[in-house]
Amino acid sequence: MVQLTLPKNSTVTEGETFKAAPGAKNVRRFRVYRWSPDDTANPRIDTYEVDLDQCGPMVLDALIKIKNETDQTLTFRRSCREGICGSCAMNIDGENTLACTKGIGEVKGDVKIYPLPHMPVIKDLVPDLTNFYAQHAFIEPWLQTKSAEPEKEWRQSHDDREKLDGLYECILCACCSTSCPSYWWNGDRYLGPAALLQAYRWLIDSRDEATGERLDALEDPFRLYRCHTIMNCTRACPKGLNPAKAIAEIKKMMVERQS
Amino acid sequence: MADMRTPLSRVIGLGSAKSGAHHFWLQRVTAAANVPLALFLIASLVALSGADYLTVKAYLGHPLAVIALLALILSGVWHMRLGMQVIIEDYVIAEGLKTLSLLLNIFFSAVIGIACIYAALKIGFGS
Repeated sequence: MVQLTLPKNSTVTEGETFKAAPGAKNVRRFRVYRWSPDDTANPRIDTYEVDLDQCGPMVLDALIKIKNETDQTLTFRRSCREGICGSCAMNIDGENTLACTKGIGEVKGDVKIYPLPHMPVIKDLVPDLTNFYAQHAFIEPWLQTKSAEPEKEWRQSHDDREKLDGLYECILCACCSTSCPSYWWNGDRYLGPAALLQAYRWLIDSRDEATGERLDALEDPFRLYRCHTIMNCTRACPKGLNPAKAIAEIKKMMVERQS
Repeated sequence: MADMRTPLSRVIGLGSAKSGAHHFWLQRVTAAANVPLALFLIASLVALSGADYLTVKAYLGHPLAVIALLALILSGVWHMRLGMQVIIEDYVIAEGLKTLSLLLNIFFSAVIGIACIYAALKIGFGS
């Protein structure tokens, strides 16, 4: 059966509290999930008090400040700090989003930070996304053609190019897939919203000539049809994309080619 | 990692079942059919509330009424079977238990459907 409770060794315990410097006036508490593979301890929630007068406005600013000044052992991924690399995706205040584009001011009360849900944790806020990336590779996210190569580029009308808007912007942060209950329960067989959004991006590319093969590969009760239009994906996407709609469009194509 | 398969090999798994669209389509067809048929059922129940057995029997003696009722039973039970199948596939992960649950789902739906058809026909045609 689906596992709804945490196993004993995953139960989260209360961790340490790191106080802000005395005299700090604008203090916010950051409650951060901690787990290390290097010991046998259960995961814990550490509390860091951060002086917001001495910190940038985004959640990532606070995490970097904590790592630089308070606790070097805190582990998380980050790179571009402007919402384009997708590295700092995590669960903040109960929603999957990018730490670099989530304002501390958007969160009321303590800022609760967990890794992306239902993924194996490598350490602290770093999830293992091996399967997620393999699913992206599986949908073969590149142009596939059978016609003879044109002398210059494969041409595309303005209208056809516009169809890719809202799809190509995906940064593969995994916020959508890891917010999807269907992906939680059947992530090994269900491709998830991120991979399916990219699958659709190539299905409707007017230059691509592997549409049939792509649909064949997706026509499966688990790969595609585990999507039950829950819409968590669309709600979570920090880039404002709509994976649920892309999946619905794939389902429509499946019906269209049969009737 | 417990096994040494590549991540892509795990995603490929047993390959595409090359089905699913038909199941999806039938679920929509039966859902669309259930809307007017359920309205018919509700209207009938309201109209017949408090009526005695003979009145109901006379009502179901009309060909249109019994045909609509049979259509509702077929469409409703088929929709139920498809829906419960999806829920089982979602939540029952262990292969053996899943197969058993899917089997019981088919039997359960068949029994419900046949019993309902029998009852409708008995009332409609019975003396």
